[in-house]
Amino acid sequence: MAAETGTIDALSQFQLTPVLGPIGAAVGFSQSNAHMLLAAGLITALIMFGMSARAVVPGRLQSLAESSYEFVQGLVVGQVGEEGKRFFPFVFTLFMFVLFGNMLGLLPYAFTYTSHIAVTFGLAAIVFVLITVVALALHGRKFFGYFFPEGAPLWLAPIIIPVEIVSYLSRPVSLSIRLFANMVAGHVMLKVFATFIVLLGGLGAIGPLVAILPLSVNIALVGFEVLVAFLQAYVFAILTSIYLHDAVHLH
Amino acid sequence: MPQLDFGNPLMIAQIVWLLIIFGVLYFVLSTYALPRVEEVLEDRRRRIEGDLEAAQAAKAEADAAIAAHREATSKARAEAQAAIAAAMQSAQAEATQRSEALAARLAEQITAAEARIAAARDSAMGALRQVSTETTEALLQRLTGQSDQAAVGAAVDRALAARGLG
Repeated sequence: MAAETGTIDALSQFQLTPVLGPIGAAVGFSQSNAHMLLAAGLITALIMFGMSARAVVPGRLQSLAESSYEFVQGLVVGQVGEEGKRFFPFVFTLFMFVLFGNMLGLLPYAFTYTSHIAVTFGLAAIVFVLITVVALALHGRKFFGYFFPEGAPLWLAPIIIPVEIVSYLSRPVSLSIRLFANMVAGHVMLKVFATFIVLLGGLGAIGPLVAILPLSVNIALVGFEVLVAFLQAYVFAILTSIYLHDAVHLH
Repeated sequence: MPQLDFGNPLMIAQIVWLLIIFGVLYFVLSTYALPRVEEVLEDRRRRIEGDLEAAQAAKAEADAAIAAHREATSKARAEAQAAIAAAMQSAQAEATQRSEALAARLAEQITAAEARIAAARDSAMGALRQVSTETTEALLQRLTGQSDQAAVGAAVDRALAARGLG
């Protein structure tokens, strides 16, 4: 599309289109949701098939499943402490869902659902609701003391309380925008350089030689994007753990 | 930017499906998948602990066996040394006894021999006086045709006393 018209169209890759024919269109099931379903299926398959052998000495798939389990468990226990273990399934689901969304999006023809602000904000909103409910359930009215740290001079209250409330409310925003922006930027860059390859490749005899430049950039970018995909999933999970720590311990 | 096109009905549907899929995934993972992993990890941990304990027990057993062996060895060595010392002592005692007996017998023989020698000498000395007297008398008889028995006896006695044999 972009190459044929001779222009760079880096954003149409984020367009939602219904899949599964008329039924999918009727229930608004887009390719984004199809990838979510695929990611969920892959995550479940990884754990269920990986652990089906229940081997004491794990095979490849089982070590992958086990190391992802222990990685997230170490993250949650390290941040929240032992009482954070009951939040482990949630953080694990979140981490794997984001990680698989980021990684699947790097495959050709795939759609990156984490490049949609609505999706990342939806996940961040789940986290926000969870930490607020947990904090209220554990500490009741004392939770509101979180917005005014003990020992601070009282006359600072008019400044501290609004700042704390804004920073608390901005958590889901920063959480979602960070992931969304990283994924969009990476995919736009990939698309732009990929279009350069096609456009430059068409420039007569010298074209293919020049086109090697954006191609090599793209190869490096793919490696970089794999790193970003993992890193953003990790950041999402660890920030969630930190928020959970605040909710459980109130500082 | 298609992501900010919130008028698109697919956008709302996407969020609804996200909540459904995420919820189902959470349910499946927390109910079926993750307990399975936990079980396997726990099983492995228990097994490793059990193996370590067994190894420690085996080590303790081996240590005890080595200690017992060492004790038995030192005991046997002490016994052997005691036996050697006793044997040497008895051998020494026997040797002393034997040599004492030998010395006593030798001393006895020496005494007997000395007595015999003294007797032989005495008898030889007694015979010497008679032989000397008779020889002197026979010489005097031949030379002078006469002999004074008493004078000859006195002269012989004198001569013997002079030589220290009388």
